[in-house]
Amino acid sequence: MSGIIGKKVGMTSYFDAEGRNIPCTVVEAGPCVVTQVRTEDHDGYAAVQIAYGERKEKNTPAALKGHFKKAGTTPKRKVVEFKGFEKELNLGDTVTVDIFTEGEYCDVVGVSKGKGHQGVVKRHGFAGVGGRTHGQHNRLRAPGSLGAASYPSRVFKGMRMAGRMGGDTVKAFNLQIMKIIPEQNLLVLRGSVPGAKGSFITIEI
Amino acid sequence: MDLVKFVEESLVEKREIPEFKAGDTVTVVYKIKEGNKEREQLFQGVVLQRKGHENTATFTVRKISNGVGVERIFPTNSPKISRIEVNKRGVVRRARIFYLRKFSGKKARIEEKRV
Repeated sequence: MSGIIGKKVGMTSYFDAEGRNIPCTVVEAGPCVVTQVRTEDHDGYAAVQIAYGERKEKNTPAALKGHFKKAGTTPKRKVVEFKGFEKELNLGDTVTVDIFTEGEYCDVVGVSKGKGHQGVVKRHGFAGVGGRTHGQHNRLRAPGSLGAASYPSRVFKGMRMAGRMGGDTVKAFNLQIMKIIPEQNLLVLRGSVPGAKGSFITIEI
Repeated sequence: MDLVKFVEESLVEKREIPEFKAGDTVTVVYKIKEGNKEREQLFQGVVLQRKGHENTATFTVRKISNGVGVERIFPTNSPKISRIEVNKRGVVRRARIFYLRKFSGKKARIEEKRV
């Protein structure tokens, strides 16, 4: 699996040759630096570690400073490991959007937008209890029953309830790469991508 | 530089369309593909609103067809629009005239702008 780290820029749309309106996300991807090459002999598994995003020297812990210095690069903000990178890479190499081709399908991993404390209707898609009329009140967004009574005398683990929503790692599958602009390190992906604008995402193929 | 704008400028072809606003009566000539044949369809009505900006902008047109109100939203930059004709300039006080939906017949008239 090859991949690259990037930043979500925002969404827009354009018209294709047949006049269809294509929704798409603009992603700034790379250039990433290879900061470590893990090998079977040394680490027990083969992988490539790449880093992206500038970071101030004074905000970097000394241990990380040394790690990036070894790769001959400035400190970076986001570090991700890829197993089975298709291209042969060495320490200090750069990974750019050249690894992709237009029309190809990719997966995108990001952290979804945080929604705060939410009820079961929004969080789990419950339908609420009953209707608005017939004298009912305040049950419209209620969760309903949590289970049976004297047996089992408890609420089962994993019962879906209200709570924190969003901020999860989400993977969006099979997004088509519509356009690659190598001069600006930009990718234009079809559809939406998890996370807020400016958040880090990894694009995998 | 705003990167979204950069992408929009490289992907979307900006179209020259006549200037119009809410309250105006326009005719949108729209290309329709039927099988292999391509023909043009007219949609004439009152502009309810113009929405969005630049490359992703749209506008809504409302007409009364066989006594039923029909509204259609067109992307301003769509290549399927072959042309837009402005038939009448209307005098309205707001940018979005959704109040027009409540009216029919004589009440739904819009005063024409005197040039």
